[in-house]
Amino acid sequence: MLRRTFVGIVSAAAVTAALGGTALAQEALKIGLILPMTGPFASTGRQIEAAVKLYMQQNGDTVAGKKIQLIVKDDTGVADVTKRLAQELIVNDKIAVMAGFGLTPLALAPAPLATQAKVPEVVMAAATSTITEASPFIVRTSFTLPQATVPMAEWASKEGLKKVVTLVSDYGPGIDAEKAFTGAFTSKGGTVENLRVPLANPDFSPFLQKVADAKPDALFVFVPSGVGAQFMKQFVERGLDKAGIKLIGPGDVTDDDILNGMGDVALGAITTQHYSASHDSPENKAFVEAFKKANGGMRPNFMAVGGYDGMHLIYEGLKKTNGAGGQALIDAMKGLSWTSPRGPVSIDPQTRDIVQNIYVRKVERKDGELYNVEFATIPNVKDPVKAAKAN
Amino acid sequence: MMANASPSSLTVEKAAALLGRRARWRWAEVLFWVVAAATLFLWPERHLILNEIAIIGLFAVSLDLILGYAGIVSLGHAAFFGLGAYVAGLFAKHVTGDPLVGLAAAGLVAGILGFATSFLVLRGADLTRLMVTLGVALVLGELANQMSWLTGGADGLQGIMMGPVLGLFEFDIFGTVAYAYSLSVLFGLFVVARMIVNSPFGLSLRSIRDNPLRARGIGIPVNRRLVAIYTVAAVYAGIAGGLLAQTTQFVSLDVLAFHRSADVMLVLVIGGVGYLYGGLVGAVIFKVLQDVLSAMTPQYWQFWIGLILVLLVLAGRERMTDRILGLWRRLTGRSAKAVDATRASTPVPEVQP
Repeated sequence: MLRRTFVGIVSAAAVTAALGGTALAQEALKIGLILPMTGPFASTGRQIEAAVKLYMQQNGDTVAGKKIQLIVKDDTGVADVTKRLAQELIVNDKIAVMAGFGLTPLALAPAPLATQAKVPEVVMAAATSTITEASPFIVRTSFTLPQATVPMAEWASKEGLKKVVTLVSDYGPGIDAEKAFTGAFTSKGGTVENLRVPLANPDFSPFLQKVADAKPDALFVFVPSGVGAQFMKQFVERGLDKAGIKLIGPGDVTDDDILNGMGDVALGAITTQHYSASHDSPENKAFVEAFKKANGGMRPNFMAVGGYDGMHLIYEGLKKTNGAGGQALIDAMKGLSWTSPRGPVSIDPQTRDIVQNIYVRKVERKDGELYNVEFATIPNVKDPVKAAKAN
Repeated sequence: MMANASPSSLTVEKAAALLGRRARWRWAEVLFWVVAAATLFLWPERHLILNEIAIIGLFAVSLDLILGYAGIVSLGHAAFFGLGAYVAGLFAKHVTGDPLVGLAAAGLVAGILGFATSFLVLRGADLTRLMVTLGVALVLGELANQMSWLTGGADGLQGIMMGPVLGLFEFDIFGTVAYAYSLSVLFGLFVVARMIVNSPFGLSLRSIRDNPLRARGIGIPVNRRLVAIYTVAAVYAGIAGGLLAQTTQFVSLDVLAFHRSADVMLVLVIGGVGYLYGGLVGAVIFKVLQDVLSAMTPQYWQFWIGLILVLLVLAGRERMTDRILGLWRRLTGRSAKAVDATRASTPVPEVQP
């Protein structure tokens, strides 16, 4: 009985502290940035953190008369840690917005908290289509995998490719990519054969042998960005490039961050994605230059641009609402549009997902470095999965 | 048993007295739990991480039962932790949201798996055991990945709704009820574990750990004892996993990941093996270090934690608690002999007739 009373008192005290705290929080607006800064997905965290800091450096740390305070937390890529950190940031630091989230489970874990505490969750990286459906407070500035994949299928069928083999890493996003491509490509009359490689220990040679035997027009590949280099090497070693098999896929396999290190084996790969560091616009030139300068020559990739735009979205939302709280902030973010380094983008007011151009690119050598050079644009692509649901 | 074959009443009395002495609660232990309970009231803003510490502490106690007391090395203890987490999560989703019933289910299912796999562990020595336990965890991890219709796969298990604890306390966003709940479960199970290791059964486990051949020679049923303790440890790990699932209301694939097994081993090594408090002290040190360092430098905290671990091992291989106790004795001027006498690690003295 005594214990119950005590717990009651403690909870009550904590609630009062939380309410009292908002008065103080008026002075500084806190943004909680939760990213995998260590572990296998550390490069995602590094890119996003660098981009967020760059945005704050360029645009000042005062928005609508309030100081912005950034709190960076490392979730090591483990979902329950993400959730605990988000909870602590909400309860103890009284953050106005949480952002970051490198992988799908990491973005989904704190979703109930976003709803419960009415704190907007800005997803800057994770790319599974369903994420924004997990809470009405989630908004995304990266992309969805089907968003990048379906245009690939359309491009491939327009180019006259008839037979494609897909090769994906056997986990959530890989299967998403496989489904999206297969569905879109077969509906255009193409034939598809599916192969899946284990995520943990990818030796591609037996799979590539199967591909060689199948003699397709193209090989569609999705692997997490770090594995791309190894895949490219084996693809060329097996002589598949010389057999006339085109290499196509969403842009993860030729991630800007590691593309230059892959060497000539990557040349000629055709991918579709929303961002390339070689995108030809004044906004992007300025962004790439500033990013490289601030980070010792590191090239920004699609993760970085997600972080940069996420920060822009938060700033613009805060300007519009003047710090009126989470619900107002998320409402203000819906429908915002701006010119990002990747091109024109907007936030779909219905799905809170990003609407953006998808570019078809080919790996080429430019100024001595390898780049994904864009040669075709599919404008204003919405997430096809949610678009299909709406119809 | 041979010792019972020709018992002189003196031997039995002495043994009973020895066990009784070991089972007595010491003031330091009481203090430990009083402090733990006090954090519930004095440190409300840190309840979320305290909850995590309590869960990892319970997980480490579970590993200590097999590693520290029975000498079974395991690199796959996360198998039971993860299974418990998934069972508790699925149970809440599909059967009932009552936390205690769900916890019992988690413990039961993990215990069944523990019993079944214990026979694998009986075969072979340390290296084989490492491989077998690792293999079991990998198999479970891949199963959970493939059965995404049930587990949610790589996206994690969503939509777990927990009922109030005992029908009275709703889980709150501050983590207060979660921590109180985890701490109570930890305390209850700790008391049971303490009784187990201080019983004649626990004593026989230690003799198996120190010399399995000799233990068999004096008539201890080695295999049956190992099966029993392995099953108990699996139940404990399953409950720890269940607590995590219930208090975070989310389960992802990494509950079964290798780093869980490795982390808990690390926790136990930091705190001290073969001493139930080792797991708890280790959990506190590991988590607090991680929290403080990663707040200071989110990118490079692993460097510092690695360095500190190396220094800890270099500084001495004895237990953290012994070191603190030794320092305390030195400060209060008591002799080192007294430290030895109170050491819970003292090898069991042979009972002479």
